[in-house]
This record gives sequence, C-alpha cells and structure tokens, in this order.
Amino acid sequence: MAGFFKKSWAVKLVSLASVFILVQLLISAGFIDSYIQATIATICINIILAVSLNLITGFTGQFSLGHAGFMSIGAYVCAIITLRIGTTGSFILGVFAGAIAAALVGFLVGLPTLRLKGDYLAIATLGLSEIIRIIFTNLKITNGAAGLSYIPRFVNWFWIFIFTVGTVLLIVNYIKSSHGRACIAIREDEIASEAMGINSTRYKVTVFTIGAFCAGIAGALYASYFYDIAPKTFGFLKSIDVLVIVVFGGLGSISGSILAAIVLALISTFLQSFSEIRMILYALMLIIIMIFRPQGLMGSKELSLSLFKKAGKLFSKKERV
Amino acid sequence: MAILSVKKLTKSFGGLTAVSNVSFEIEKGELIGLIGPNGGGKTTVFNLLTGIYVPTSGTVELIKEGKAKQLQGLKPYTICRHGLARTFQNIRLFKDLTVLDNVRIAMHKNVKYGLISSFLHLPSYVKEEKKLVQKSMELLTILKLNEKKDEFAKNLPYGEQRRLEIARALAAEPTLLLLDEPAAGMNPAETSDLKELIALIRDKFNLTVLLIDHDMSLIMNICERIYVLDHGMLIANGTPEEIKRNKLVIEAYLGEDVGDA
Ligand SMILES: Nc1ncnc2c1ncn2[C@@H]1O[C@H](COP(=O)(O)OP(=O)(O)OP(=O)(O)O)[C@@H](O)[C@H]1O
Ligand SMILES: [Mg+2]
Repeated sequence: MAGFFKKSWAVKLVSLASVFILVQLLISAGFIDSYIQATIATICINIILAVSLNLITGFTGQFSLGHAGFMSIGAYVCAIITLRIGTTGSFILGVFAGAIAAALVGFLVGLPTLRLKGDYLAIATLGLSEIIRIIFTNLKITNGAAGLSYIPRFVNWFWIFIFTVGTVLLIVNYIKSSHGRACIAIREDEIASEAMGINSTRYKVTVFTIGAFCAGIAGALYASYFYDIAPKTFGFLKSIDVLVIVVFGGLGSISGSILAAIVLALISTFLQSFSEIRMILYALMLIIIMIFRPQGLMGSKELSLSLFKKAGKLFSKKERV
Repeated sequence: MAILSVKKLTKSFGGLTAVSNVSFEIEKGELIGLIGPNGGGKTTVFNLLTGIYVPTSGTVELIKEGKAKQLQGLKPYTICRHGLARTFQNIRLFKDLTVLDNVRIAMHKNVKYGLISSFLHLPSYVKEEKKLVQKSMELLTILKLNEKKDEFAKNLPYGEQRRLEIARALAAEPTLLLLDEPAAGMNPAETSDLKELIALIRDKFNLTVLLIDHDMSLIMNICERIYVLDHGMLIANGTPEEIKRNKLVIEAYLGEDVGDA
C-alpha cells in the first residue's frame, strides 16, 4: 500500500481540499457571483475536455477532431435521464450513463478509424462528430435542432470539483503507468514500439475510449449546469476550441492543458468589453503566441514542486554572483 | 537443432526485388553473421523476419520447444512476443524519453497489472513498477548505461545510443536477437568493447544472435557462420575462413569497389 500514503499524496490531498474549501467559502459568502461561477464551471469542463484530448493527441500522438461529438453524447444522455427522473441519483446515473455511451461509440468507431494516420484520422474523427450532431438534430427524443431545455441543475461547485479532479488524477496516473508509457512510445516511434512488443492499435483504441469517456462526463456536467443544449453547441468549433487549449498548453503536458484552460478563459472574459472585435483579437493573440512559443506554454514539461525548486536555485545562484 | 528456418523468402518493391528466394537456417545458440555489399538486402531480411514488411512469398518458421510457428504475415508485436527482438540500423530510440523509459517500455508486454491498477496505482502497480526499474537497471548496468538512466536518449553520444538500442532489445527478453550494424559509427576501441559485450550477453541470456555489420574485423572475429547477401540473393554460406576465400564473395565486394571507382 506504499503508493497511497506517501508524503506527496498527503501534500496533494491537502492542497486540493484547501482549493475546494476556499472556493466554497467564497461562494457561500457571496463573493463569487453567478457569472464568475459559470466561468469556473466552463474552465473545469474545458479542463476535463483538454486533458482527455491531450491523452489522445499529446501523449499518444493521434490527431482527433471529434471531441465535441463525444461531449454531446454525454450531454444528451444525462439531460434525457435527469429530465425524466429528476433526482440527484439520476444525475449521477446520467453522468456515468453518458460517459459510458460516449466511450462505447468511441470504442466502436476507434477500431476502424485508428488504423488511419495523421490528417486522415483528423478528417475521419471530424466526420464522426458531424454525424453524431446530425443524428441528434434529427432524433425526436433529443428534440431536433431546438435541443433540450429546462434540464434540472444538479451540478454545483462540489460536483464540478469532484469530477474535474477525479478525471485529471486518473489520467495522470494512467500516463505514469506502463500502459501510459506504451502510449508515449507509440507517439515517439510507432514502428519501434511495435517491434518492442507493443500492440499499437490496442493502445490507440484504449486512449480513444478513455478520452471519449471523459468527454462524455464533461458533456453531462455541461448539460446539467447550463440548463439547455442544442446540436449546434457541440459543432466543429467546439472541437477546435478544445484542440486550441491542448496545443496552447503544450502537447504532452497535463499542467499545460489546465493552465491554458484557465488563461484562455481569462483572456476571453477580458475581451468581453471589446465584444465586436473579440473573436478577431482572440485569434490574433493565438497566432502571436504560437509564433513566439510554438511548443505551447509548457512544452511537454509539467509544473511541479521540483521545477519551483530549480527556479529557486537559479535565482539564489544569481544573487551570490 | 534449428531455431529459425527461412524458406524461399522473397520481397519485391515494385520492380525491384530486394530479397530473392533466400533460404537459411539458424541453430539454437549460434552467432551468425549476415554480410554483403550496400543494398544487398540485409536490412530487408530483418524487416521481413520481424514483421515490419510482409514477404511477397516464402516462409519464416520459428521452432520453439519442438513446435514450429509460422511468422510470416504476423504483426511485429506478435513476432516480438514469440521471442524475436532487434536493433535498428538507423537508430530508432524513443528520443524524447529517458534511457530508463526506453528500456522499461520494451518490458511492457510482460507487465502484470491492468487498466484499473494503472488508474488507481494499486499495490500491484507499485510492486510491478519497482520490479521494472530493478530489472531495467540490471540491464543498463550490463550495458554500462546505468549512470545515464535519467538522460534523454537523444542526448546520448552515438555509441551509447547504439548500446541503448541493444539494452532495449534485451529488455524484450528475446531468444533470437537481431543486431543491424551495431558497430556503425563506433571507433575501434568502442567496437572492441562491443565485441566483448555481444559475447557476454549471448552467454548470459542464452541468446541466438544474427548480426549484420560492415566491420569485417568484428564479423570474422566473433561469428561462427556467415551468410552473404548480394543483390538480394544468398551467394555464400560458411565459416569465416571459408567466406574469406570464397570467390563469389570476393567478386561481390570487388564489384562494389569497381563500381565506386
Ligand atoms: N521500403 C522500401 N521501398 C523500396 N525499396 C526498398 C525499401 N527498403 C529497401 N529497399 C531497397 O531494397 C534494397 C535492399 O536494401 P537494404 O536496406 O535491405 O540493404 P542493406 O543490405 O541493408 O544495405 P546497407 O548495407 O546499405 O544497410 C535496396 O536497393 C533498397 O533501396
Ligand atoms: Mg541495412
């Protein structure tokens, strides 16, 4: 049981708990209004989406443009279940049913498409998410293009926090396992990894399924927080949004994805006051950042205590000289 | 007792026949050389044996515990699991990963914990990961790379990258080890170390070795038998002494020199 009780775990647990309690206190005391709460919810949902897409694209090297499709499956399944039943239990059921449905589609579609490489895979996954969108537009149970509204809101800071931290920790653990290393090996050199006994198709399908599962969770949280959903919410642009976060944070960096989700949300909040040219400024900023830092904020590195220690050392050396 | 039996192996790329009707056998425990002029088809033979290319025709048979297993048409990862591991002539390490990770990855096929344990880092994970590090460090010590375990593969000097390729192949626990020009780019001192190293690992891990190289001092020194490939065809087969005196072999190599002049 050594892995559970190490000091680093205690540190993580305490810092996570304090973040949770701090925000909860601020909400209870009325310092965080509903607009900021919605921003926090958006950031957390984007973190789940970006971290799980990073597993597929950044760590395993498979270029997917279908994340919004999986998100929409989670959103619709959870919305339909909670609209019918309407208890907290049904919300939990909805989240997991949505995630499992998304994972199932991810698995079934991943098997044939993940044999494709690079641009072809990107186009195939893009096509897939469009097909999902069109199906939802034409089904009766999803209320067509108008979508579903008055979805009961069960999501609060507690649930958002639990699901965000949960998915991120599980994905980080996976990456730090032998299975995760197999995925990274496929990104590094698929032929060499196959020659070393790694079944690359199996791992590609696995991460695609895990990614779809997490996107399903994100979609369910979205539906339950923002009351109404429609097929157009989960269009091509949503997939691009997530990809932008991943690339901006750094392919292969979990902390980069988290940081990027926060920074980009802050930027777009700040740009609210320039509403007319907002999207142009946003795009310009991305272009400028990518010119000066093409590897993203974090490259493939992770934020960690030892990184701070190293920075501290550099600093103290300079002082001495 | 033969461990590998190759029959009428042929590989064509469009109009070019890179390997043509090649048949040979390897006995258990042998150290065999595979030589020939540039473009002779040696690397292609390795790619056919390890499943990276599918043969145009012919068979590759692995004999394990008296049972024959057809390898042609199988996926590379399956062939690796049957006990064939290799190094690459044009070094294909996982460049942005550490030396330790490069070796651990090749042990993945035998890892005994599943998806759930990798998500939750259960005790089975902790135990198995400890074992992986320990086994990797043993291998790295043999290959004299233990002090470099945390360096990125891409930052190693050339000779050490070649040794890491060998360490990674050994981590896959092969019975038949295929080395594609392990001495390329090494200086004479490094090559002489490599010679001892190959002999050492062969004894220690009970290996059968198939070795491609252009360094004749290495090949003639350690190989028990040698096959010679020229223009995709097997032109000779014998002990180092026999090969040195073989007229076809001398001509093949002379032909190359004349062609270059
Ligand atoms: N994938 C491929 N497509 C087309 N031609 C190929 C391919 N692989 C190898 N060849 C050709 O097959 C022939 C044999 O190449 P191979 O690499 O097996 O030679 P080699 O004996 O390993 O040579 P060297 O000593 O230079 O490494 C060459 O003419 C090469 O150009
Ligand atoms: Mg070659």
